[in-house]
Order: sequence, then C-alpha cells, then structure tokens
Amino acid sequence: MRCAEVVACAVVLAAAAGTGMGLAAGPAAAVIAVGAVAAGAAAALWFARNRFRSWAYQERDEDLIVERGVLIRRLSVVPYGRMQFVDVTAGPVDRVFRLATVRLHTAAAASDARIPGLERDEAARLRDRLAALGEAKAAGL
Amino acid sequence: MNGGPAADGGPAGAWHRLHPLSPVVRSGRGVLAVAVAVAITRSATSGSGWLEVAFLAAAVAAAVIGWLVTRWRLDGVTLRIESGLLRRDSRQLPIARIQAVDVVRPFLARALGLAELRVRLAGSSDADGRLAYLTEQAALELRAYLLATHHGLDPATPEPPEHIAVTVPAGRLIGSVALSTAGPAAVMVVAAGAVLAFVSAAALAALAISLVWLVIVSLSLVWRRVSTQYGFTVAQSPDGIRIRRGLLGTVAETIPVQRVQAVRMIEPLLWRPLRWCRLEVDVAGSPGRDSADGTARMRKTLLPVGRRDETRFLLMMAAGAAVPGLTRPPRRARWKAPLSYHFLAAGHDGGLAVSVVGRVRKVTTMVPLEKAQSVRFVQGPLQRRLALATVHLDAAGHVRAEFRERPQAQARQLVDELAALSREARRHAPPEG
Repeated sequence: MRCAEVVACAVVLAAAAGTGMGLAAGPAAAVIAVGAVAAGAAAALWFARNRFRSWAYQERDEDLIVERGVLIRRLSVVPYGRMQFVDVTAGPVDRVFRLATVRLHTAAAASDARIPGLERDEAARLRDRLAALGEAKAAGL
Repeated sequence: MNGGPAADGGPAGAWHRLHPLSPVVRSGRGVLAVAVAVAITRSATSGSGWLEVAFLAAAVAAAVIGWLVTRWRLDGVTLRIESGLLRRDSRQLPIARIQAVDVVRPFLARALGLAELRVRLAGSSDADGRLAYLTEQAALELRAYLLATHHGLDPATPEPPEHIAVTVPAGRLIGSVALSTAGPAAVMVVAAGAVLAFVSAAALAALAISLVWLVIVSLSLVWRRVSTQYGFTVAQSPDGIRIRRGLLGTVAETIPVQRVQAVRMIEPLLWRPLRWCRLEVDVAGSPGRDSADGTARMRKTLLPVGRRDETRFLLMMAAGAAVPGLTRPPRRARWKAPLSYHFLAAGHDGGLAVSVVGRVRKVTTMVPLEKAQSVRFVQGPLQRRLALATVHLDAAGHVRAEFRERPQAQARQLVDELAALSREARRHAPPEG
C-alpha cells in the first residue's frame, strides 16, 4: 500500500520533472532530473518497506503489544481493561487494496497503539475481539 | 420560602426558589462593566447612551427571568433542579452518586451574604448541578444534608471535622508569584526601558506606552494569581482533600483521592534556592475551562507554593503511598542528555511510579500504578548506539512518568514489570465511588 503510493508519486514526479527540464534545458538535463527523482523514489521505497516490515503486534491475555519503527523503535503495551474505544479506518488507497488500520484509544493522550495495513477481515476480527475483551476487563477510570 | 432543607422531611419536599438577589449577582459584573463604560463615554461625548442603557436593561431582565424560572427541591434521594425558559432543563441528581459538593463565593455574592453550591457527581469533574445563589447559611446546611444523606447517616449529622494539613502564608504566596514568570519578565521590561532611556530619549518616548502596558499586564496577572489563591488551606477529611482559597471571591472544593490520576511536584529554577515547590494533581473527568473562581478543571493546584518538607505529607495523602526509592540512569546517558542528566531519576514499587525530569523546571511526576493507562518503550537511534531506552508510563490526559535513559535490557524488563504490577494494582483497587 505504501509502496504503491510511493511508486505512483515517483512516476508522476519523474514525468513532470522530465518534461519540465526537457523543455527548459535540453535532453541531457531531463535525463538527470528523471534520474534524481528515480533515486529519491527508490530510497523512499526502501525506507517504507523497512518500516512496514518492522510492524508487529501480539495479543496477550491481558493486553495488546504493538511494536514498530526503524529509526525510533517503539513498543506499546495497552491493557484491555484500559481501552476506551477501537477505531478501524481505511483511506482510499487502503480500500483499493482491501486493507484497514486499527487504532486503540485509552484515556491517556499519548497512547499510540496503531496497526496499519491489516487485511480487512483481520481488522474486523481484531476490532471485535478487542471490544469484547475491553468490555470484559473494563476497569473504572 | 427558603425554610432550610431540614424542614422538608419526607419524600415530597417543596419546590424552592433561589435567593431573590441572585440575578443581581449573576448580572452584577457585566452590568458594572457596562455602567463604567457608559459613564466614561458619557463624560467624553455628550451623545445619548440609549443603546447602552437598553443593553443594560436587557441583561438585567434576562437575569431576572432566569431567576424566575429556576427552582429546586429535594426528593428524598434525589436533588432536582429545573431551569430554563425556552428550553426546560430538568436535572435529577441522585444523592447516592454525589462525589463532592463545592461552595463558591464570588466577591459580589460574598458582599451580599450569598453562596453558590456546585454538586459534582461520580464520573465527571464538571459541576453537574449548580444552585446560584443561596444564602450562606442555607448553602452550608444543604451541603451538610447532602453529604450526610450520601453517606447514609441521619441528615441532621453535622460535617465531620477536617484536619488542616498545610496553609500558605500570604507573604510566601506573593513572593512565589513575584518569582514566577510574571516577576522577572516585568523586571526585564523595566530594565530594557531604562537602557533605552539611557541611549536615546526619542526611542523611550515611542516605546513608553507599550512598556507601561506590559507592566500593567504583568501586575494584573500577579493580582489575579494572588487573589484566587490567597489563604490557601489544604485539609484532610474523610471525603477527600479539602481546599479553601480566595481573597475576594472564595472557593471551597473537595478532591476525592480515588479520582486522582497523577500528582506532580514542580520546582522552577527561581524557587530552588528557597526550596519551594508547587503541587498539582490531575483529576479524571472532562476537561473544563479555567476560571478565576471555578472548580471545574482537570488539573488542580494542590498547593501553590510550599516548602519541600511540608509537601511530603501532602504527597502521601494525594498519591496514596509513600514515595519509593529512585535510581539514576547510567553514566553513558550523559552523551544523550548532557544538560538534564544531573536531575534525571525514576523509580517504582508495587503501588507508585515516580520520575524526575527537567533542568530549568524540575518536575517530579507520581503515577499510582492502578491509574496507569499504557506502558510504552521508545528507543531513538542515538539511544540504540548507547544501549539505552526510555519507558513511559501514561496516565489519563497528558501526564506520564518517564523512566529516561535506562539500560536497554532493564528497560524491556521494566515494561513487563510495570504492565504486570499495574494489572495487579487495578485488581486490588477499591471501586470508583
């Protein structure tokens, strides 16, 4: 999903840069511009893939653990009893690939447990399971 | 008409009106401001002020109508308040779910011998029911009646005595406000003005007005702080922590200890030579706007200024447990946090997690483990090189206890430990009242 986004942006940018430079300064400059954009796109693609690979989640008995990040590693432990509500969102690109993002909210503003890029059915299952567990283990605020 | 709640007796109490002078207090401040403005403009120009007078009359009329349509009564186990002309608002407050009853006395009300009663129910920190205004006597009687009924005692039982823990002397309060941001800012402004005067008189004349305005603003800030927190008294009572404060308008509020999500002790740079600190508690509930005489706020000041040794007792009262021993990060953390390394410390035990961060503004955050929301482990690239990591323990709102720059293995273990301990604490915690 992120890869598709990056590739699409890169192609458009490359075409635009190529035509722009070609019109302005001749074919050699156009080739250089397209090359630069392609290199940037490749770097972004590699980075996005790494970031995607680093995302992991684990449903334990009492809490949910979400681990993510390449440069900054983050791990969140959210107890089911503290979950206020569960969000499932899907942007337009996500919908094309039948993916969704699950977000957990607690009373703390800094809780950032988020699992993007889940299959739609898996996201729905996770949401239902989390909602049921949250209700079962709910502790007062 | 207002024969006092004890005269009700029985399940069907009579409907009462608020005190007839209530509209005067409600619209008083606005009317006074407009009247002053009218007087000023009248003296400047000789035009007729019909618009202002009409506005005044409309404000007074609205307040009187509001008074006419508001009534309340005690139904034995609920307090019913009805208000509103176009849209009737009928509130039923079950006495069994009362969390606190606060008494607020703005300046005008105090002058007329009135007081406002704010009833807070369990589950919110905003005032669920307001009776503005009753006579002071009636307000205190009603409060005692509501609290006694809430605890299941005979309604005529007087309030249990409270033990006063700390009071803030006026001199210390004024000194603390002067030493906080307002004071040094004003001093800097005046110094800048003096330098400018030395350099060129023309520049001083041009800037004089803004300088004077800045001084006025800082003085008014200082005045506001002093008048809302004058005579700050913290007392311990079976209902929770009782706070009384105020110079012109007084506020008496109660903080139930089980609603406290986190306690913070703040030591600004300028206060450190005097060993002063400020205590704040975060209370659960919907965040409300800060008002000069208000009690509906998520972050409440437990003590505006106090000596370090005075605060130990208060911290135990608010956080519910003694402060555990603290540990410092390893020496290699100096590469990551050179400036604040000296002050970083954190620790936890079965009931409480404590962390100290900050150099200019040293903040000690205490989060009871049964109020912990989530635990997070964060490791940036520099931290990874040094094998360090930071563990955050989040409490409700924007507060968190940060175990900064811990060794990596210890940090991972800390995450599991904190998660398990907070689960245990939640299980043993008393139910929310």
